[in-house]
Amino acid sequence: MQSNQPAIQARHLSQEFTQPGSNTPFLALHEASIDIARGELVSLIGPSGCGKSTLLNIMGGLAKPTSGTISIAGKPVTGPSPKEVAFVFQENALFPWNTIIENCDIGMLFQGVPKKERMDRARQSLEAVGLSEFANHYPGQLSGGMRQRAALARALSLETDIILMDEPFGALDEQTRMILGEDLSVLLARTGKTIVFVTHSLGEAVFLSDRVAVFSARPGTIKAIIDIDEPHPRRPDFVTSDKFAGLRNTLYGMLHDEIRKTLSHRVVSNAAADGGRAS
Amino acid sequence: MILTGAKPGGTLFMRSSAVWVQLLFLAILLTLWYLAANDWNVPALLLPEPTGVFHRAVGLIADGEIVEPLQTTLFEAVTAFLTSAILGIAFGYFLSTSPFMTEVCDPLLTSINAIPAILFLPLFALLFGLGSGSKIALGITVSFFPITLQTLAAFTNVDKVHIRAAQSMGASAGHMIRYVLLPSTLPVIVAGLRMGMVLSFLAIIGGETIASFAGLGHQVAESSQAMDAELMYAWIVIVITVSALLNLGLSQLEKLGVRS
Repeated sequence: MQSNQPAIQARHLSQEFTQPGSNTPFLALHEASIDIARGELVSLIGPSGCGKSTLLNIMGGLAKPTSGTISIAGKPVTGPSPKEVAFVFQENALFPWNTIIENCDIGMLFQGVPKKERMDRARQSLEAVGLSEFANHYPGQLSGGMRQRAALARALSLETDIILMDEPFGALDEQTRMILGEDLSVLLARTGKTIVFVTHSLGEAVFLSDRVAVFSARPGTIKAIIDIDEPHPRRPDFVTSDKFAGLRNTLYGMLHDEIRKTLSHRVVSNAAADGGRAS
Repeated sequence: MILTGAKPGGTLFMRSSAVWVQLLFLAILLTLWYLAANDWNVPALLLPEPTGVFHRAVGLIADGEIVEPLQTTLFEAVTAFLTSAILGIAFGYFLSTSPFMTEVCDPLLTSINAIPAILFLPLFALLFGLGSGSKIALGITVSFFPITLQTLAAFTNVDKVHIRAAQSMGASAGHMIRYVLLPSTLPVIVAGLRMGMVLSFLAIIGGETIASFAGLGHQVAESSQAMDAELMYAWIVIVITVSALLNLGLSQLEKLGVRS
């Protein structure tokens, strides 16, 4: 593998859904192209229903694009590639019937990793997210923030080069997501993984990312890509800097019009309300 | 498993005191029965004296008279239960695989489930005779629907994100069943099985008292026709004990299902 080859290469990806009870296909993603370099953290941000989660699922092999090509480390994606890509979903993707350490263990079990190595790797990744003490707790006994740390530990224990995160902090309160964001930045600077991160939060996107891909709605596509030129790990005082505020304002300006457009579109067309769910 | 949050009868103290209240209730009932039969002049034909009933019941067990009716009833109940468990789980799972079928069949099954199945006993008696066949058919009719409905609910409520998470981690079809579908559906399915077992047992006993040659329900009906109230009550006590034991066994099974 060449070192200058992108970790993820998406070319002209489009995805159409046909909603039940509707004859016209709904275009969830239109001609999206992006190259993501190894070790880079890229955020996908945009209004609901703009196809950012769809793009993430296509990258992870959980959805097939209607047209376009997607490749991971130079190989075309045909389905889930658990050796290269790990997912962190929104809340509650941990199995509630398993303990935290069993949750970390199970993905490795699926891939046939020997028992002893599984336990070592699970313990290491729980240690990395600061949950060693809670290894034998059930997800239901932990707070939302701790559950998402555990979900991150599960992804880390799979030792993939790429982690795809679908609004991992979306269900958490502002304070918790701030702290988790800081910890994530430190952790990722250390591990050098390639991350694609879907978020609704402008601040989160600016704080964590090397680049932010801004989506437009209807049809959903990548409208612009903004560089966040700031070394990792990001320091907490980055948030209060003028640079942060400037970048955040730029993003806000680009998104504001898109969100307006989505909302007015939604009033006009009923189909749009369904479309929001397909994001 | 460590308990998460408040469950009914969470603490040991609450559970043990609940058992005491239940026992007290039973004791009060027996005392009232005793008083009514001995001191309040209720005719023995309607309400025989409890110690006499108890002796008759023990006698039925000791003499082995209980064996044949009990075997008949248990055979009918177990056959009906196993049949509807297999059919209900298979059919419920099959329906859950298609959203269209689920949408069509769920309300249909729910309304069929609300029809009193005992209405079909005369038909089953015509079709299968007065022996075990008609009781098994009745038991299946009663328990098939709750088991199917619970299975359908269990599979349609599997969290999609759990399935996607397992897929993303490279789960095979076998892994998916063993590590995702089974643990997330089992508690709900076992609750349906318990409901089905209890309902089919009740329907079979009921069917036996109405039209039959054998079984516990038949003994109740027969002793009533012979005007032997003491014997009738003795059989009723036996039926209640058997159904209590069945229920106890199933609730143990249910706990096991929740834990796995």
